[in-house]
Parts: sequence; C-alpha cells; structure tokens
Amino acid sequence: MEYVNPEGLRLDGRRPLEMRQLRAEIGVVARADGSAVFEMGNTKVIAAIYGPREVQNKSQQINDQAVVRCEYSMANFSTGDRMRKPKHDRRSTEISLVIRQTMEACILTHLMPRSQIDIFVQVLQADGGTRSACINAATLALADAGIPMRDLVTSCAAGYLNTTPLLDLSYVEDSAGGPDVTVGILPKLDKVTLLQMDAKLPLDTFETVMQLAIEGCKAVANYIREILLENTKQLEFRRGV
Amino acid sequence: MEQRLANTWRMTVNEKKFIETALHSDLRIDGRRPFDYRELTVKFGREDGSSEVQLGLTHVMGFVSSQLVQPYRDRPNEGTLSVYTELSPMADPSFEAGRPTESAVELGRVIDRGLRESRAVDTESLCVVSGKFVWSIRIDLHILDNGGNLVDAANIAALAALLTFRRPECSLGGEDGQEVIVHPPEVREPLPLIIHHLPIAITFAFIGDENTVVIDPTHFEEGVMGGRLTATLNANGDVCAIQKAGGDGVMQSVIMQCLRIASVKAADITAKIRKAVDSYNTERALSKIRRQPASVAVQVTEPNQIEVKDFLSKHKEKLMLKSEEGGASHSDDMEIEAQSSEQDKSRRRDSTSKSFVGGPLSWDPYSKVKVAPVEKLEKSRSDEPYKGESPKLLADSSTSLLSDEKAATGLQIEKEKTLKDAVKPKHKRKKKASTNTDAS
Repeated sequence: MEYVNPEGLRLDGRRPLEMRQLRAEIGVVARADGSAVFEMGNTKVIAAIYGPREVQNKSQQINDQAVVRCEYSMANFSTGDRMRKPKHDRRSTEISLVIRQTMEACILTHLMPRSQIDIFVQVLQADGGTRSACINAATLALADAGIPMRDLVTSCAAGYLNTTPLLDLSYVEDSAGGPDVTVGILPKLDKVTLLQMDAKLPLDTFETVMQLAIEGCKAVANYIREILLENTKQLEFRRGV
Repeated sequence: MEQRLANTWRMTVNEKKFIETALHSDLRIDGRRPFDYRELTVKFGREDGSSEVQLGLTHVMGFVSSQLVQPYRDRPNEGTLSVYTELSPMADPSFEAGRPTESAVELGRVIDRGLRESRAVDTESLCVVSGKFVWSIRIDLHILDNGGNLVDAANIAALAALLTFRRPECSLGGEDGQEVIVHPPEVREPLPLIIHHLPIAITFAFIGDENTVVIDPTHFEEGVMGGRLTATLNANGDVCAIQKAGGDGVMQSVIMQCLRIASVKAADITAKIRKAVDSYNTERALSKIRRQPASVAVQVTEPNQIEVKDFLSKHKEKLMLKSEEGGASHSDDMEIEAQSSEQDKSRRRDSTSKSFVGGPLSWDPYSKVKVAPVEKLEKSRSDEPYKGESPKLLADSSTSLLSDEKAATGLQIEKEKTLKDAVKPKHKRKKKASTNTDAS
C-alpha cells in the first residue's frame, strides 16, 4: 500500500515532515487541581491531576519525596470498533508505567515529601500517537495544577514507510507494520526522557527518524508554551492585574 | 515502582553513595568495567523448547509450547505468539504472587515487541488452514532469581527456548481436506520454528549524572539508577526495539553511543546462544540414535556401493524385541528407505558427510554395529542446524550402521580411529552386490 504518493503527499494530505494540527485547552475538569485537553489531529486526550495531596495508601508513602501515580485508559468509544475492556489490560498497564516514569523525571518530587500526585489520562479519540498526546496533556495539566517541574515534557512520534521518514503517524500509518518511534524530551534541557521503538530499523535510519521525532517534540513545546502564556494572561486579567 | 522502592529500602545511603563514587573511577561493585557483560550460561531441559539461562546471579527459565487455535480476524493466515512472564516471589522480596505488577507486564511486553514486531519468528509458516487453524506459540518465562537485568536474561531464555522448540507436524486430512491431523512425535519428527534473526536485548543503566552509563546492571545498581534503556538489536545491526520508559533525561548522543555498543554486544551474545543451541541439537540427535539400537544397515558410501545387510531378515526379530514402538515404525521407515530411489540416495549421500557413520551401542562390543566417532556425527548434524531432521535423514542416521568392513574400508579413509574400532565385531560377513536389491 502506498503511504507516500509520488507527489510526496501522505494519506491525509500532509507532507512527510508535517505534523497534524495541534489544539489544547486548559482547566476543563473543574473538580481536578489541574486538567487539560490535548488534540493532535483526530487524537483527543484529556488529562486530570489531583495533587499534591495526602497519600491514601500509607504503605506507599515516601518520606523524602512525593509519590506519583498514573492511570491511562482508553474510552470504549475512542476507537473505530467499540472496545470491551479497555482498562487494566497489558498495554494500558505498560503505558501507565511509561507516562508515570516520564512525568516523575520532570516533577520536583523532593519539594513535596509524604504526598501523592495522581495523573489520570483518558483517550477520547484514538487516531495514532495516543501516548504522545497523553504526555503532552499531562504536562499541560501539571502546569495548570501549579506543580513544580524541571521542564516541560513534550512527546511526538515518527515512523518510516516507503523509505521516507514520516512525522506524527496517524492510526492507518501506525498499523502499517512499519517502525514507530515515540520520543519524549525535556526541550529546554535538550534531553531525551522517553524513547520507545518497535519493528526493525537499521541503526543509521533510526538516528534520522529519532532526530525527526525530536524536532516534532520541539514544535509541540513551542505550542504548549504559547498556550500556557495565553492561559497566564487570562488568569492575570481575571484577577484584575 | 514498587520493586525499585523495595530495593532502595534495602539499600542504605552509604551503599548508594559507594556505588556512585566507585563509578566515577569506572569501577563497578562486582569488579566489572562499565561495559562488561556478566557471565552467561545457557542450558536446556529434557524437553524440546525449554531453556535455563543464568546471567551472573539472575536465573530465568523459558518454556515454549504450542497449540492449534483460531487466528485473529484481521490476520487470518498468521500464527500467534504470546509471551507470559511470571515473577516468582522467591526471586525477589518485592515480587508478589498473583496479579502481575507493572514491571512484570513491562518485561513481557518488551520481549514480545522484540520478537513480534521485528518478525523474528515467522508467523506465516504457522498457518495450517487459513482463517480456521493456526499454531499459537506461547512462551512462558519464569524468573527464579533476580540478580538484576531481568529483561536481558529473560529475552535470551525466550530465544533459546524458541530455537530448540519443535512443534508437531500436522497434515490436512478428512473427507474435505479440512480436518487437521496432528502427528505425535513418535510417528513424525516434529519441526522447528522458522526464526529469521535473533533480537538480543541489551540494557543500560544511567546512574548519577547522565554521563555515567553501565551495561547489564546488577540489582544493586538497579536500586541506584536514575533511568534505564533497553535496546533490542540483532546481529545484522538492525534495531528491533527500544524501551526507555522515562527516568532521567539523557542526551541524544549518549543514546546513539549506547546503541553502537549494544550492536557489538548483540553479535557476541548471538554467537553464544547459537553455540549452545548447536551443542544441544547435536546431543539431541545422538540420543535419538541411541534409542534405535541394532538397526537396519543401509550404508551410503562411495557411489553406487549401496549395501544392505543380510542381517535385515535375521535381526528383524531382534529389532522387534529391542526397539520401542517408535523404533519399530522407524525400522519400517528404514525398509522403505532402503528401497528408495537412487536419487534419494545420492541426495542423502550429499547431505550426510561422506564419512558419516552413526554411533550407537558403544557399550556392546559384540553388536553387529560398529561405533562411530562422535565428531563425524556432529559434522553431519551441523550441516543442517536449524532445519528439522526430516524423517528420512533421521532414518538414515538411526540406521547408523557399520560393522561391515566393506563399508568400513570405504569410510575408513576419512574416519578417525578410536579404541572401539579395535574391538572387532564377532561376526563379519562380507556382503557384496548380491544384496544390492535395494539399490533400485
């Protein structure tokens, strides 16, 4: 199947190095301490943060830092066919672990000992790149909750089909069986915190694809900064500053 | 997380500081250098498809089994592969029996990704009837001792078990050709899986600031590390999977350096696994031969010198008495074999090395069958490392005959002399072309 046609356009009309349209909104869940909705093309994800608050399970309490918990789930209606049991299957458990460890690396947990930060991420529409969208949404929500962080964490995925590196794969391109490289970086520090890859790639091709994904992450970081700036201006306005 | 917490609870601040300080001078607490792997031992169990791997103190057992199932709807002509991990509580105090923890799920999924997405195991050859019956391969990994770096050890155990696993041969039968008949291993030799390449997982730990990278962390180092990167590569230099699930951030250059080191280590470990599997296959073939003792002598020697022992008739009773049902069917096979065409013979001749002779019954100096040196057997075995021994070839080897000096002289030129050769068999009969009836 042709994923990049001879004119250089992909199935949805994008160029190989073009990302999907980004859209984000902060403060969507009133009850939560911080929340955000993040959209990458047709993929829509909502994140809610509760914390820092008292640890519910005293046996998990750490005396010198905060405990970070994360739960990733996909809504039944998020994919084309309605899913039966989206929670607590092996894929969700792994992605929860991945998101938790990624955010844990950037939250300054030592500033909040004996407390707990809960990250809940739910996929409302799944069209490829849900992992990346979840991490971006969680970053926004953490910023909304005012939790101190080292840096933003932004994430983007890239692939390699028809001998072309492609940025930000959609579901059709992802299920083509080609390689899928998901990268999460700390943009200001320029460090890679999340890196996952499946399928086979020669080493030098992999470097190209990873570089492309990192560029995508930096673009997402710029957009997130804009959104946060906009949000802060709104808050200032409401407080009458 | 629970596992790491358990580790940090066990570890004192002094221990942590010691490990980090020692690493500044490129020293690790078990005496290795930062990019040295621990000692790797791969052993196999009695059954096909069971392996036992020891990587330093880490001990993992792998077991492969197969079952006929219905395929997935979107992949009707591909078999399935599933990896199940069991972190036994005896391996580590932080492991719990029952529901798999996050780390157990991650372990299983990393190994699964390395095998499935990179197409290491050929799933299309596992299809029997498209859309109805395919083979489902199930890999069970049991962690017996957590000495650190479970992913690497479990991955090697899975690969070793897959390489030595033999699935039963099945054929289509029944009125409409849709019924699947699974042949038991005694009737038809089971087949190995088709494995295109071996994806080897190499784990790096980032300790302290991100310039300190160590390979193959022990469980002490895992308690101190800030982040971990598992790269799955094969010996051809392809990256099959990468897993860096958060943790400390590292520079892109450090990651690429780790991948380059990993490709070197992957080639190393691939060689070790192949060596262990080869010696297992040799032993397996040998043990098969010992099961059929005094068998029919169909000798493949110099061109057109095919001799069939007259003992065939005389020793048939002996055969029937001695061999098990499996052996009996094999002797039937052998007879059929003896009557096979010239073409077959020449093919067999080519496939078995000229000086190949079987090696049974080394304990019985009076048997009609002379013992052959083991090395020749190995040589013939090594000709076909990963293909299943076809029934024909096996019948060939199990007919392992000797003791005819006509044959012997033909082969003696290339055969090594052992003490057993000095023990002359009691009855020697010179059989010439008169018994060449099977030559057709």
